Amino acid sequence: MHLDVRVQTGDFDVAGEYAALRGRLPPGAGAVASFVGLVRDVAPAAGAEPVRALYLEHYPGMTERSIRAIAGQAQQRWPLLDLVVIHRVGRLEPTEQIVFVQAAASHRAAAFAACEFVMDYLKTDAVFWKREDTDAGGRWVEATRDDRRRVNAWAGAPDDG
Amino acid sequence: MRVDVRFFASLREAAGVASLTVELPERAGFDALIAALEARLDAPALTALRAENVRLARNQELVVPPFELANGDELAFLPPVTGG
Repeated sequence: MHLDVRVQTGDFDVAGEYAALRGRLPPGAGAVASFVGLVRDVAPAAGAEPVRALYLEHYPGMTERSIRAIAGQAQQRWPLLDLVVIHRVGRLEPTEQIVFVQAAASHRAAAFAACEFVMDYLKTDAVFWKREDTDAGGRWVEATRDDRRRVNAWAGAPDDG
Repeated sequence: MRVDVRFFASLREAAGVASLTVELPERAGFDALIAALEARLDAPALTALRAENVRLARNQELVVPPFELANGDELAFLPPVTGG
């Protein structure tokens, strides 16, 4: 399987990633699924400061390895031909692209499932920290119970909530 | 021996520095490291580092005390991750 993991401050080009994939895919490929995560522009709660930007921090080396570990798990579960994971770091403003996952396989079920699996585990297992910056200062985001429930479902573990 | 200590995200802000180097006796463990950090960081920062949900990575591999440190090790304090 071709695996590409990138952590970068700059933006990514979805069309370019897809074109590059088409150029290297073997003829047995029948399905490509991709996911793009955007920084949400959420209306602030009454009295709350609007979020001006997210700040994403990582641990160079360990972060890339944590993503490769997730990709390895996906590869064990589904017969993937190609997997690309790009995660941006640094300051990102609402509407900007933050994360990209692209999975190719012979059949769609594997491509869809791998994409979702990688995204779910990026939330809980990849080494990133997210801060919401407002005019009044920054607040580090905490992992949600829903995120944990989603990976527990993949693992077949009982729901904790 | 010298050990490089790194702090990330909320712990970096609590510590006021991203990293520092501590001098420890040979084969020192986590308790000795914390003792050395007590001389360098304020009480709120130390409380943040000792929180139950803080994980530790030695040379970028997760570890759980007790463990022994070696000269040149990098020991990182990691708050709960929030990627994606």
